[in-house]
Amino acid sequence: MTIANDAGAATPGDPGPAAAPDAARPVAGGGVLRTPAVWVPAALLLGIVASAVFAPLLSSASPEFSDIGNTLAGASSGHPLGGDGVGRDVLSRLLHGGRQSMLGALVAVTVATAVGGPTGLFAGFFRGWFDAVAGWVSNLLMAIPGILVLLVVIVAFGNNIYTAMVVFGMLLAPNVFRLVRAAVTGVREELYIDAARVSGLRDLRILRRHVLPVVIAPVIIQAAQLFGIGIIVQAGLEFLGLGDTRSASWGSMLNDAFTNIYLAPRLLVWPSVAIVVTVVLASLMASGVRDAVQGRGRSRSVPRRRAAVESLRAVLPADDELLRVEGLEVAYGDREVVHGISFGLRRGEVLGIVGETGSGKSQTAFSILGLLPSTATLRAQGLTFDGTDLLACDERELNALRGRRIGYIPQEPMTNLDPAFTIGSQLAEPMRRHLGLDRTAARQRAAALLTRVGIRDPGRVLDSYPHELSGGMAQRVLIAGAVSCEPEMLIADEPTTALDVTVQAEVLDVMRSLQEERSMAVVIVTHDLGVVADICDRVLVMRDGHVVETGPVAEVFARPQAQFTQDLLKSTLVGAPLRRPVQTVREGASW
Amino acid sequence: MSRTVEPLLRVENLVTEYTRRGRAPFRALDDVSLEVTAGETLGIVGESGSGKTTLGRTLLGLAPVTSGTVEFRGEDVSHLGRAGRRALSSEIQVVFQDPYSSLNPAMTVRDILTEPLVTAGTDRVEADRRVLTLLDQVRLPVDAGRRYPNEFSGGQRQRIAIARALSRQPSLVVCDEPVSGLDLSNQATVLDLLIDIQESTGVAYLFVTHDLSVVRHVSHRILVMRAGKVVETGDADVVTTTPADPYTRRLLLAAPIPDPDEQRERRRAWRELEEVTP
Repeated sequence: MTIANDAGAATPGDPGPAAAPDAARPVAGGGVLRTPAVWVPAALLLGIVASAVFAPLLSSASPEFSDIGNTLAGASSGHPLGGDGVGRDVLSRLLHGGRQSMLGALVAVTVATAVGGPTGLFAGFFRGWFDAVAGWVSNLLMAIPGILVLLVVIVAFGNNIYTAMVVFGMLLAPNVFRLVRAAVTGVREELYIDAARVSGLRDLRILRRHVLPVVIAPVIIQAAQLFGIGIIVQAGLEFLGLGDTRSASWGSMLNDAFTNIYLAPRLLVWPSVAIVVTVVLASLMASGVRDAVQGRGRSRSVPRRRAAVESLRAVLPADDELLRVEGLEVAYGDREVVHGISFGLRRGEVLGIVGETGSGKSQTAFSILGLLPSTATLRAQGLTFDGTDLLACDERELNALRGRRIGYIPQEPMTNLDPAFTIGSQLAEPMRRHLGLDRTAARQRAAALLTRVGIRDPGRVLDSYPHELSGGMAQRVLIAGAVSCEPEMLIADEPTTALDVTVQAEVLDVMRSLQEERSMAVVIVTHDLGVVADICDRVLVMRDGHVVETGPVAEVFARPQAQFTQDLLKSTLVGAPLRRPVQTVREGASW
Repeated sequence: MSRTVEPLLRVENLVTEYTRRGRAPFRALDDVSLEVTAGETLGIVGESGSGKTTLGRTLLGLAPVTSGTVEFRGEDVSHLGRAGRRALSSEIQVVFQDPYSSLNPAMTVRDILTEPLVTAGTDRVEADRRVLTLLDQVRLPVDAGRRYPNEFSGGQRQRIAIARALSRQPSLVVCDEPVSGLDLSNQATVLDLLIDIQESTGVAYLFVTHDLSVVRHVSHRILVMRAGKVVETGDADVVTTTPADPYTRRLLLAAPIPDPDEQRERRRAWRELEEVTP
């Protein structure tokens, strides 16, 4: 029952098994408790809880015994923190008071989680009418002014603070409901839920095995935060004199201190410190757990600062060479992913960089563009574009090159268009900046470019937002953008991978004709040997950060020299054998 | 024993619609009919939005049947309740496209593989024994059971997903783009594995993909879909060499092949076709 262990590992005291180290899902593993940001506040909080639980052992005085002689008295040997307004021992009240304060908050948290958790789980998983009703009730509860309700409850049901905290828990339940529902909604789209269903698992079992573990960590985090809120609200109510003021609690201590604020202001200090420290510790622990859990998820966003660059030695490029890469190395920490590769690109030449996942092909392209993430280290003996040493360029100089003389076509067209702006403004902006065109001229040129890449209705597309376009259309727009300032070199990173074959053929067609028309140099990064055969003059085969083979496409495809290239060409399914006919007709599978 | 050859799966005039708020329902599948016999692979090929994935999901009970019938072993299963579906789960299984999302990252491979068995009432000891057989069948090391999905590469994960689909010895597996997320070399390995398993066990595949070279390699028969409708259906060789429908022809010519000279010819042919059928 790994699931149960993994999920429970977020609760203190259960280290759990060594869970998946970088699981995509925020499942808390045993490591969470080992994070100082978690165990330090957790240990301190545990200390406070222990001091309340073992209060009778820590202070011999009774928290409710009134000793007139001790009224507002200072510290003495019998009363280390002195006496309060009616002569009760402050230390004893502080320690015992923790019980009521924390227990009350715990009641609220328990009610909120017990009500909001399952409701959110079912609403998120089953949707339908239950979700609609639960959502409506949750919105209603959130709209109700909480404190007012609590006052009414206390007046109507007598001065019992725990009743008030149960009601407060109900008022907090929508927070838990929303959190759980959102988490469940996210996970129910995962294919492993579908797979479980196809495997014949009952819904309750799917909930327990696959959904619950994902929900538990965020709920624990939120519970810690709600615990803090519970303490504050309860103290607030007791400070107002609601609830039983005779029984010890941090709130009732504040109430007593307030009546004597001119005579003994120091009485305010102890309960305040207790409340603040407890609340801060709970919230620190919550954020510690959150950071620890989130830190394990795969980070998808890549910071776009410039990578550390080190130029070893400038190498002068050959005459008609537009781009020269010499001894390019890219490393992430100690892990080198590109191991000193060299190649050149002539004007008007189309170079395909082909390789499998992790071959370093995209890293190479990003190195030329200066778009490596900041965690990467780039080193090269030379990285020269038309005589300009790219390694010596600062960010401003690089920006002047990119877009103007070096165009870029990304793999995912949609994520590379800003959803907040029209296509027209996104196409016109670089032209206005790089070419100094005015608004009308830029728009005209943008329309002409869209027509050029095969868009039949450029006016409508210019006024559209990215979400109104199909993937193929968006990629055409990006190609139009990439060539808008008539670059001498175009770098395309898997430009057709996200597209259907028919759209891919059209996009490749557009790229090829633009390339011929403007005799642009093009670098295409791809894993598809068909794309290379279709559009490239020369090919660079990469594997594990090394160049395995390079040469004219016709030659490499006809007579591959390297074993890897041969294997790669062999693993394409063109000309692969067809299936033999089904030999015997069976009633079914013969297992 | 003298029964006539009855298909394992027979789909007739299947329509699947998704209701949309304030708009006419979206028809994802429009009058689809097909048959799959035991031990054969029917390839379903089409572009995004062609309804090929919805077809697989409808057969699995993950998408609704608006009208038409789905018969499995002669029995109408198009409107089965949850209990009926559960009973069918030993017969029809699935391998999804994304081997990252389809395996719960918090479960060990052993737990992933035994879950369908334990649910079906197999005892733990027997289930564990079965895991070893399955791992062997998909050519993963014996100790793989103790590890978590993220310790495996994409191709290996897909083999785990295949093992899970096979765990209850189904007679039909819906394969939804099982190799499109994989590198070329892994792709070939996984496809050959699927073919080997089929030839030794007689399981039937409904193989959904957008890749014509893949579908040609793995299928006995191919069905081409476009916008929810069946465009063409026939023997794999016929459909991928002399297709009857112009759409299939365009689809075939659009896929670039790794031979520069032949590709130039294909591109020319594609362009001509493009001009005739815009």
